[in-house]
Parts: sequence; structure tokens; C-alpha cells
Amino acid sequence: MAYNHKKELSKPERFAPGHRLCSGCGAGILCRAMTRALNEEDKAVIVNATGCLEVSSFLYPYTSWTDSYIHGAFENASAIGSGVEAAIKMKKKKGELDKDVKILVIGGDGGTYDIGFQSLSGAMERGTDMTYFCYDNEAYMNTGIQRSSSTPRFANATTTPAGTQSVGKVQNKKDLTEIMAAHQIPYVAQTTYIGNMKDLHEKAQRAIYTPGPAFVNVMSPCPRGWQYPTEDLALLCKMAVETCVWPLYEVIEGQWYLNYEPKRKLPVEEFMKLQGRFRHCFKAGNEWTIEEAQRYVDEKWETLLSKAR
Amino acid sequence: MSIKDRMSGNEAVAYAMKQIEPDVFAAFPITPSTEIPQYFAQYVADGKVATEFVTVESEHSSMSACMGAQAAGCRAVTATSSAGLAFMYEMLYVVASSRLPVTLACVNRALTGPININNDHSDSMGARDSGWIQLYAENNQEAYDNYLQAMRIAETADVRLPIMVCQDGFITSHAVENILLESDEKVKNFVGTYCPENYLLHPEVPLAVGPYDTCPYYMEHKVQQAQAMKNAKRAILDVAADFEKTFGRHYGLIEEYQMEDAEAALVLIGSTAGTAKACIDAMRMEGKRVGLVKIRSFRPFPAEEIAAALSGVKAVAVMDKSEGFSGCGGPVYAETAAACMGSSVYPVMIDVVYGLGGRDCRVEDIRRVYTHLFHIIETGEVKERYLHMGQRSNQKEVL
Repeated sequence: MAYNHKKELSKPERFAPGHRLCSGCGAGILCRAMTRALNEEDKAVIVNATGCLEVSSFLYPYTSWTDSYIHGAFENASAIGSGVEAAIKMKKKKGELDKDVKILVIGGDGGTYDIGFQSLSGAMERGTDMTYFCYDNEAYMNTGIQRSSSTPRFANATTTPAGTQSVGKVQNKKDLTEIMAAHQIPYVAQTTYIGNMKDLHEKAQRAIYTPGPAFVNVMSPCPRGWQYPTEDLALLCKMAVETCVWPLYEVIEGQWYLNYEPKRKLPVEEFMKLQGRFRHCFKAGNEWTIEEAQRYVDEKWETLLSKAR
Repeated sequence: MSIKDRMSGNEAVAYAMKQIEPDVFAAFPITPSTEIPQYFAQYVADGKVATEFVTVESEHSSMSACMGAQAAGCRAVTATSSAGLAFMYEMLYVVASSRLPVTLACVNRALTGPININNDHSDSMGARDSGWIQLYAENNQEAYDNYLQAMRIAETADVRLPIMVCQDGFITSHAVENILLESDEKVKNFVGTYCPENYLLHPEVPLAVGPYDTCPYYMEHKVQQAQAMKNAKRAILDVAADFEKTFGRHYGLIEEYQMEDAEAALVLIGSTAGTAKACIDAMRMEGKRVGLVKIRSFRPFPAEEIAAALSGVKAVAVMDKSEGFSGCGGPVYAETAAACMGSSVYPVMIDVVYGLGGRDCRVEDIRRVYTHLFHIIETGEVKERYLHMGQRSNQKEVL
């Protein structure tokens, strides 16, 4: 069925207002979108890694989640998801559960790329029937913007600050989407908050309703960490896609599909210049950082094109 | 009628698990507990249980999977030892504070540093303040019986705490002994079914687990958790009473052996109790008034019961099978000494740290401890209160 934005938005909200996420944060958009992708009659269990989202959406005695929700720790959301999956199977076996219950796991890049990587990899390898959504804001934002393996090269983070002898983070961003594709799970996708959320909605829906494990990596800007005016969230997402810093693609049963190819690929500085975390790259003498960033994006983009064609 | 059989402690626990048929078993191997998931995997492979067997990639994940499954409304179990338990520590606290009655078979082994695969209690003693109930077994029979009682204790409405069923690695886990087993039907009836009021998969009412708990609430939740642990004392005794009525074997928080008129007593945990009983029997034949207090439940700690048991004793040696590195004695000593503080007659008390990393403890070693206690009683001189038994040393050994 074709995506109808108005119809989708008229569904009852499953992520209630009143949460304490910052304005201009992407995580809340994802929570609304991923639960909207559920068929209205379907039940879900949300599993959440420790992070901004958890401490902002479930402060005792309040919760924004209208679905069942569980948070254990930072690094183990996927393993908790495995336990919930086992419980669903067992309750069905015993005749105590007749309806399908979907497991949606959500964590930031810290809980996904780094400390939660082992449990994520384990759960995916075991074929756990769940969808993992990563809201990738490219640093440990909850603890105050420390670098993660997802932080892009040259970004200023509080543990990789730019200084007289430093141009920010030394290493390139880990390509987790590709690593998850290498797990040979049925569905892997990369998306962000673009336009009327069609791309995000369709990928979330496909992921949730594909039997077996699925992974959706969602670039999710953070106004404090990336240093942009809160109203620029959508612009940043658009620029990430138009510069090919964050291509939109899917890997379905091992086949790579590019979902969007910019007519004119914008230079990477169009994305970088919007953000305070790259401010030092634009200082005289640091031009090479932007050239390096461009070279890296071009290389990754060409590799992706060769796979997706 | 009980069934006479012979099996190792690990097999006894796996057999109890098979009879109970928990909903979910999250498994990751570590010596010496590995046999438990192995035996159980075979039960699954042979269709003897319907349990969901989740082969996770680490102990941290086995405890996490147990959390997810138990919160979702299922009975979840796992087994581990040593570094495996240490790797779970973070989640032990989370599971306990979430009031999820997960059952963990702990086969005690020394914590790594340096690596050692043999028995002592440093693993579960390190987890003693995590909010888990801890039961310890002297032999295979007790490991089996404690496991049969565990879930009912943990799931008691005013308890709802996870439970660790501990036994000594290799000493009981791998040694084959005679054992009395109960029929599947009687076991199932005794253990009953798990019926939580709230769970993630409740068909009508959603549940949220694991909040960010702010200052105005956190302390109240901790006090409730502490109260639950206090309530566990009564639950352990209630379940033990029903167990005795059903199967005929008696259990308490502690076991007192020859304590009625004892002058010198030991306080200890686990399989060493068997060795101590053999020593007591021999020394009693010689007219020595020696006795033993074996702690079955270390969490909750039976302070009043221990103090009462030691009230008429002249000298006590607490035997710690872990080095707490407090600089002044192990954890069992510290808590036993604290328990006796309220007594009007406070016995002379020393700590004997022993058996670390599998160092053997024989009947003659126990006899040396009693002899040392009688020396203290006769001379009135205590000298060292914190001793290590059986270690090689250039210094003159006290024990």
C-alpha cells in the first residue's frame, strides 16, 4: 500500500508527549515513527538500552511508552530482546499467547556500535526475531558528547576536542550498517528523517514485518553534540543524504538496494558547515580536513554504488 | 517414595531443572558449571523438556536474557561459576532491583586473578550484596533439594527476589554420590506454576520495567527491596516446612551439628561441613565438646539464629572460603561477629581463611582448628584473630 503521510499521522500515538528529550533531537521522531510502523492491532515490547532516550522517556513514575517496555542496562538491549523472544515462543507453545508480539529494540550509537555491539551481534547471529533500531547521533551524548566509534573523523567531541595540536577525532566512523549486513540477516537498512518520513516508515515497517532479525540504522542528529539550531534538524538530515555522507539503502536477503541517488551530489562541506562540531575544519590551514572528509565520502559512496548495482 | 540413584551435583541440579521444566534457560558455559547446560541441552534435544534454550554469547547476556524472559512472564534460569558470575554482576543488581525471581545455579569457583578453576567462594561472596537470595549446599542431595525449593522462595509474593543456588565446584559438582530423587509429578506439584500479576506479555495491561529512578523514589525502592530480603527468611522456612512435609527431609536457615553442649564451634558454608562433621564425630568419641554451625542461607543472613546457636560456646572459628581483602578477615567472619554483638555472652571468635583456589581441607585440618580453639580456651590467649590455614609459608604456621 502506498505511503499516506496524513493517514499514518492520524494513527493514535504510541509514544506519548511529555518526554524530556531536547527540542531538535532526532530520537523522539524515531520512537514515534517506529511505533507508527506497527499495525495498530499489533502488540509490541520495546527494549531500550541506557542512554538519553531511556532517561528522558521513563522517569519513575512516568513513562511515554504505551507499549510494554523494558530497560536493563547500556550494553545488553539485544540480549534482553532475546529473552523476551524466548518468552513469546514459550507462551505460544503453552497456549498462553495467541497473538503476535513484535520486539522493537532501540539504542543510541554508544549502546549499539560500541558497548552493546557484542550482544547485538549475538542476538542477530542467533536469528532473534526482533528489529533493532539505532538512533545514531554519532557520540555518547547522554554523558556529555564523548566520542564513539560512530563519531566521524574530524568531529569535535569532549574526548576528542579540537585544539592547537588536534583537529578532532582521528579515526573514521565505523560502518555498522555494513557490519550488520555481513551478519547475513534478512533485513538491514539505513535511513534518516527525510521529507515526509516515507523512507523511515517503509523501512521500519519492512524491518518489523520481516520474520527474523532486522537492523535499521537511523542517522539522528543531536543539537547539543552537533551544535546546530534546533529547527535545523530536518536540514541536517537532508544534507547528510544529499552529500552522500549518509546514503539511504537496504540490504534485503543479501541484495543491496540504493533507495536514493542525488541528482547532483553536494560537497561534504554543505553538511559540515551547518555544525559547530566541524567549525575548526573551516579555519585557515585546516582545509585539508574537508578534502580528506570528501575523499572518504567519495570512496564509500563508490563502494556502495558497486554493491547496489 | 523417593527414588535411590547416584549422580554428580551438576547432574542433580540439571535433573531438578528437567523436572521443573522452566520456561527459558539462557546458557553460557564456564567450568565447573558447564555440565548443567550440557545435560539440559540433551534433555531439550531429546524432547524431554519444552523449555526455550537460548545459547547466548556471554554470561552478561545470559543474565540479560533471563531478565527479559522473566519480565515477560516466564520462569528463567541459568547456571554459572567464577568469572561468569563476575561478568553478570551489573545485571545481578538490575534483576534484583527489578524484583524478578530468576534462578541461578552457581557452582562455586575461585575468581580469576590469577586464573584458577577450582573451588572457593570468592565468586558468590563477591555478589553477596547484589540483592540475591543465596542458598548453599553441603552435598549433592542438598544441591538438588535446594534447587527444588528455590523458585517457591524467590516467587513468594512479599519476596520476589532472584535466588542463587550454590554448591562447591568439583567437590560436589563433579563427585558422584548416592542421592534420593523425587518423582516428576511430585516435584511439579511442589514447585507449582509461575503466576506474576504484571508482565510484559500481559494480554491486556502493558508493563514498563527498569525506569530512571530519581532521588524522591530511589531510596523507597531500596527499602522495599531490603524488606523483601527480610521477608525471605520466613519464606525459606515456610518452603522448607512444606518440603519436609512432602519429601521428609528437613532444612532451615542454618544447620546446628552437636551444638547443644559445644565449647568449641565452627561456622562455615558448603561441602566442608561434611568434613567437619566427620571430625566432630571422631572428637566427640574422645570426649571433646565440639560442634558446627553450617550456614545454608547466607542471604538473607540468619543473624539471630547464628547468635543463638553460638550463645553457649566458649570459642568460635569462622571458616571463610574466600579472602575478602578487608585486611581483618573474610565476609562470613565479619557478619558472624556482627551477629553476635548483641549477645550478652560474646564468644571468643577468630577467622580462619581456608581452601582458596581449591586448596584441600581434610579432617585433620579441621581437627587442627578445634585444637587451636581449645588452646585459646585453656590459655585465654587469642593472639591472631585472622589466620590463613594450610598455606606454605616460611613463617611459623599457627594452623
